[in-house]
Amino acid sequence: MGSVTETKFEVLNDELASKIDKILSENAYDSTKLVGILLDVQDVVPKKYVPMDVAAYVAAKLNIPLTGVYDVITFYASLSEKPRADHVINLCKSIVCKTNNYMDLQKSLEKFLGIKVGEATEDGKFALEYSACFGACDVAPAIKIDQDVYGKLTDEKLIEIINSYR
Amino acid sequence: MKEIKLSINNQKIVVPAGTTILEAAKEVGVHIPTLCYHPDQAIKANCRVCVVEVKGSRKLSAACSTPVWEGMEVITTSKKVLDSQKGVVELLIASHNQDCLNCQRNGTCELQNLAERFNIGKTNLDIDILTLPIDDGNPSIVRDPSKCIKCNRCVETCSKTQGVDVLTHAHRSDQYIISTPYNLPLGSTLCTFCGQCSAVCPVGAIVEKDNTEQVFEAIENQKKHVICQVAPAIRTALGDAFGLDDGAIVTGQMVNALKQLGFDKVFDTNFTADLTIIEEGNELIDRITNGGTLPMITSCSPGWINYVEGKYDHLLDHLSTCKSPQQMFGALSKSYYAEKMGIDPKDICTVSIMPCTAKKFEAQRDEMNTNGVRDVDVVLTTRELAKMIKMTGIDFEVLQEKEFDSPFGIGTGAAVIFGATGGVMEAALRTVYEVVVGEPMPSIDFEPARGLQGIKEADVDLNGTVVKVAVAHGLSNAKIVMDMIDKGECPYAFIEIMACPGGCVGGGGQPINTTMATKSKRIESTYKIDKEKLQYRKSHENPAINKLYEEYLEKPLGHKSHELLHTHYHPRDKKIGNIKLK
Repeated sequence: MGSVTETKFEVLNDELASKIDKILSENAYDSTKLVGILLDVQDVVPKKYVPMDVAAYVAAKLNIPLTGVYDVITFYASLSEKPRADHVINLCKSIVCKTNNYMDLQKSLEKFLGIKVGEATEDGKFALEYSACFGACDVAPAIKIDQDVYGKLTDEKLIEIINSYR
Repeated sequence: MKEIKLSINNQKIVVPAGTTILEAAKEVGVHIPTLCYHPDQAIKANCRVCVVEVKGSRKLSAACSTPVWEGMEVITTSKKVLDSQKGVVELLIASHNQDCLNCQRNGTCELQNLAERFNIGKTNLDIDILTLPIDDGNPSIVRDPSKCIKCNRCVETCSKTQGVDVLTHAHRSDQYIISTPYNLPLGSTLCTFCGQCSAVCPVGAIVEKDNTEQVFEAIENQKKHVICQVAPAIRTALGDAFGLDDGAIVTGQMVNALKQLGFDKVFDTNFTADLTIIEEGNELIDRITNGGTLPMITSCSPGWINYVEGKYDHLLDHLSTCKSPQQMFGALSKSYYAEKMGIDPKDICTVSIMPCTAKKFEAQRDEMNTNGVRDVDVVLTTRELAKMIKMTGIDFEVLQEKEFDSPFGIGTGAAVIFGATGGVMEAALRTVYEVVVGEPMPSIDFEPARGLQGIKEADVDLNGTVVKVAVAHGLSNAKIVMDMIDKGECPYAFIEIMACPGGCVGGGGQPINTTMATKSKRIESTYKIDKEKLQYRKSHENPAINKLYEEYLEKPLGHKSHELLHTHYHPRDKKIGNIKLK
């Protein structure tokens, strides 16, 4: 097929489809809630991304064009069209976390995981990404692993938390 | 309507309320530069090249999206305005593949025109061009993202005008691109290849696949007998590419140019358009009398066929089984014509000149062959023909008029109106009415089928049976009709659908800068040819068609017709994983 290579991400199976159905039904199949739906869907997909067939499934179920779903996925940094890792660690670098030295936290994370921000560990367990504020300023500097928020971290606490995801 | 008084560059002007600065400026002869603006589309105001000064306003205003107000003072000539407009063009050029000499749109590119207007040669800005692969894996359309200026005209056409939803904007900031979902090649999507995106693209980011070289080669090959057929909608559009008036009728000049280019025979697709009417008309009568699937829908428009095979594949029985006129011509050229001329069908190269990019796709369908020989070998769009004429230095404007060759040179008025939305319906009714009722329609001009309204309806009284018919053009209008059928709420017995707005005169392969206004001129000329220029106005009166049935086909819907002139449809099985694309 020409010079454009076709990427096939076929991950949808019955089990995943029923998980997605549940998310869609919790959102009353309301396409105006697309961002929230996609975040939840991404969380139940292995490697935390929205593959092509999953996006097509969501589009079909919500009766909206796949183009619109793809536009949203690529617009928001917290949604990914490419496989990431089993767990995605989001490091907040918004203003409050900045004044509370998120850089130190970043150094610790990079040291423990052996990767830089924007990379994933070789075993595919963790991806490390920057994030905008997710509202955990009271415990800044904060991280979010998948949907869980952690703050007021020491190095020991950080290792303990990360290991609990292994 | 309320009137607004304003001044543009100190020239006073009165315009109706709601007029934009851009439109008002045109009235006083000031052409503000535009790129994302297209007269047939909603205002997007994303390119910002049309910024102008409005007195009292701190910042510049986009002329395309700012309505005028009472007492407004607009300045379009200040240094501030020119520097800003020029700046926008320079920024666009800095992220645009500047391989202009190799570009199909060299000379018709809106960005290039602006670069010339603002005297921009090389920019001092850092060049930063997105390197995404060129998508040329389908027979119709080539997409080169490195030339895209992200104006969103194609997205608007694909989603709003056509409702096909294959192109979208994606990502953001400096990564912002126009893309298909997951950057799929067009061939893996439900793209209909209607080519409307290529017709509205201001630059060379979406173009038709260029097959001109193939034609020059075939003509050069002494072993090949190269013939061409010209679609009804070319003769009112080709002149545009040579700066003639919109809708200029150039049939004779066009035939002359084709003969000079070296085609052995120049034929008229109108001939097989008439044949389509005989076959399709009889199919309709057969379906009505014998309880066949109704409504029956026309099948001439390959973009429409691609659409219905993709999105309504459970309703394929509604399509007429008739091949399109292009394909009927192709099939006859490799059978009847080959026999008549005593030429091996393999040595005949049949070229079509079409207003359409989807015709390229149609010609390559597996089923479109006669005894293993391709019915139509090469399809050229109007734009490609214009290019060949320009390349060979033929001065189109002063050409003498020439006649089509026989035996496929006679077409009726019924055939020529295939080029306008509603034309196939009107042509079919002229014949069907006469066959069923036994006398001509009260008026041969069937006005309810004419005009640019999205969906047109009419009642036709066939010997006491009132038959409801409808005409839709543009695929978003087709969708409305198809949803009616899907819900079992469709009152029509016969429907004409054309993929492109305006019908074939507005096809995706027509000259650049085709707008609804241009289409309307072409439609006017189309009906003029029907009324004033042709001897016959009904398909069944075409003497060459009657001879064809006598000599070869025997009777409409007969064995030979089925073999050569009818086809079948199949769902476009486009899937992503287990999910069928819709």
